[in-house]
Amino acid sequence: MTSPPILQVNDLHKSFGQVQAVCGINFEVPRGICLGLLGHNGAGKTTTVEMMEGITEPNSGSILYKGEPLGKRLRNEAGIMFQHTALQEFITVRETLQMFARLYPDSMPMEDLIRDFRLEELLGRETKRLSGGQRQRLLLAIALINNPDIVFLDEPTTGLDPHARRDFWSLIEKIKEQGKTILLTTHYMEEAYTLCDQIIIMDSGKIIARGTPDALLRQHFNDVVLTLPWEQLPAALRDQSNVYRNREMAEILTSNVDDVIQMLQTAGVPLGDLRVRERTLEDLFLTLTRNHAA
Amino acid sequence: MKLRHLQAVFIARNREFWRDRAALAWNILFPALLIAGFAYGFSDNPNPDKIGLHGTPKSSINFLSSPYIQVITVTDLDEAINKIERHQLDLLIDAGTETYWVNEDSSKGYFLEHALNGLDPDRLSRQPVTGEEIRYIDWVIPGILAMNIMFSALFGIGYVIVRYRKNGVLKRLKATPLSALEFLIAQLGSRLWLILIVNAVVFIGGNIFVGFRMYGSYLDLLLVFTLGAMSLISMGLMVAARTSSEELAGGLLNLISWPMMFLSGVWFSLEGLHPWVQKISQIFPLTHTITAARSIMIDGTPLIQLLPELMVLILMTVVFLIIGSLSFRWE
Repeated sequence: MTSPPILQVNDLHKSFGQVQAVCGINFEVPRGICLGLLGHNGAGKTTTVEMMEGITEPNSGSILYKGEPLGKRLRNEAGIMFQHTALQEFITVRETLQMFARLYPDSMPMEDLIRDFRLEELLGRETKRLSGGQRQRLLLAIALINNPDIVFLDEPTTGLDPHARRDFWSLIEKIKEQGKTILLTTHYMEEAYTLCDQIIIMDSGKIIARGTPDALLRQHFNDVVLTLPWEQLPAALRDQSNVYRNREMAEILTSNVDDVIQMLQTAGVPLGDLRVRERTLEDLFLTLTRNHAA
Repeated sequence: MKLRHLQAVFIARNREFWRDRAALAWNILFPALLIAGFAYGFSDNPNPDKIGLHGTPKSSINFLSSPYIQVITVTDLDEAINKIERHQLDLLIDAGTETYWVNEDSSKGYFLEHALNGLDPDRLSRQPVTGEEIRYIDWVIPGILAMNIMFSALFGIGYVIVRYRKNGVLKRLKATPLSALEFLIAQLGSRLWLILIVNAVVFIGGNIFVGFRMYGSYLDLLLVFTLGAMSLISMGLMVAARTSSEELAGGLLNLISWPMMFLSGVWFSLEGLHPWVQKISQIFPLTHTITAARSIMIDGTPLIQLLPELMVLILMTVVFLIIGSLSFRWE
C-alpha cells in the first residue's frame, strides 16, 4: 500500500468579508519534493499556505496531513517560516533557539543547527540587532529546530540582497538533500526555477497552472526569444506582432530561429549583438497572469 | 499542560523584563516616588474630622449638627473603639448609652471633645482610651503597594500581549505545540514573580527610608499580595485576550484601572462614601487586596479573619483566567 501524500488539499475555500481569497483549490504535495506556490500579490498564496499550516481556518474544504486532519501531529512535525515574523525583544539568538527547542518533544541538536546556519558568531547577539540575511538564517533555523518532515517557507528571501538570497538558496538546497518536503512561496521566478521540483501558479484564488517548471514551459511555449538592440532592427520589422520592445532591446518571439536570422541578414542587420534565449518561468508567469499586471 | 512549555515562555519573558532597563527602572521608581511624595507631602492627616455614631440619639445632639465634621454611622461598637485607639476615628458617640470615647493621645480628639462639651454640656459620659496614631502614610502605604501591583499587572501584561499579537510573536508561537492556556499561565507566572520582587524592593526600601507600620505577618501579607496580583494579572490577560490594537487596549485598561484607583480605597477610606459606591467597589479585586493588606499591616489581623477577601481574589483569578483562555486569539 502506497503512503498518502504528505499534504492533500481538497476543495478549499476562504473568504475575508466580500473578498474571496481562495476559491475551491485542490492539489497534493508529494513527499520529499520542493513545491513552489507562485502568484501575484493577493493571488491567495499566503492564505493557502496558512490554512495548510493550520494557522487559518478554511471556510470549507479539507486539508489532510499524512492522511489525517490537521492537528497536533502537524504542529509537532512542521517547520514554519512566516512572511513576517517578530521575535521577542532583548533575547539573544542562542536563547531564542533554546526557547523554541523547549516547545517541541524532539529537537535537532543545537550545535548542528548553529553550524549549518552559520550562527556561531551571532549567538550572543540580540535578535533585533541582526541584519536581514542573518535574521532569515535564524528564522530558518527555528523552522528546522524540530527536525520537521515538512517545511513551509513563505517568501523567505523577500528583501534580501542578491548575495544573501543565493546564500539562502544554498541552505534550502541542503534541506532538500535531507529529504524534507518544502512548500515555498516566492515572487522570484529564478528562485522557483532553481529550487522547486513542481510549481503551482495561482491567480484570484484559483490554480491556473501546475507541473514541473520545464514541463510547464514546454506546454505553454514552443518558441524562443531573439534579442538585439532596438535601433538595429529595421523599421519594417518593428510593427510585427511577434516583436516587442524591452527598454533598449528588441525581443523577437519565434519557433523558427533560422528564418528570422535569414530575414535579418537580408535586411542588412549586423548579427554581432544578436542573442538567443529560451523562455523562462518569468515569461510563463507574466503570460498566465497578464490580467493582473497592475 | 507541559512544564517544558511553561518554562520556555516563562524564562523568555523574564529575560525580556529584566533586560528592558527603562521599563524596570520605572516599575521601581514610580511607587518609590509616590511613597516619598506622600511621606513628606502629607505628613499630616488630610482627612476631615471623623465622628463615629453608634445607635440613634433619643434627642438631638447639637455637636453632630456641626458643619465641620463628618459623621459616620457605625454598627460594631468594639470595632469602632478599636478605630478610636488607632486614630482612624477622632471621636465615637454611642447614642444609646450617651457615652463618648476619645483617644487621649489624639490632638483632634482633644479639640473635638471640647467642642462636644461646649455644645452639649454634661450630657455624655466620657470613656478615655489611648493608642498610637496611624499616620496617613501608614494608612496609604498598603494602597500604594497594591496600586503598583495593579498597574504592573494590567499594563505590564496587557500591553505586552497586544504587542506580541500585533507584531506576530503570537502567530509564530501558535505554529508550535504551545497551547493558549500554557502561554497564559506562563505569562501569569512570569509577571507574578516580577511583581512580587519589585514590590518587595519597594516595601523594604520604603520601610528603610520612610518607615511605616507593619503589625501583621509578612507571610500573610505576601499571600495577600500574591493572590491580589494573580487576580489583577488574570484581569489584564482577559482584557488583552483578543485585541491587536494598543490604543484600544490602553483605553480598556484605563477604563478599568481609573475607577479601581479611586474606588478601591487607595487614597481615602470608603467608609464615608455612598452605600452604592461601597457596593460597587466590591467588584474590584484591588478593593479586596487593599482591605486585606491594610488589615494585616495596620491592625495585625490574622489570615483566618481575611478568608472572605482571599476567597474572592481566588474566585476572580479563576473566572478571569477561564474567560481569558477561552476568548484568547493568537492573531
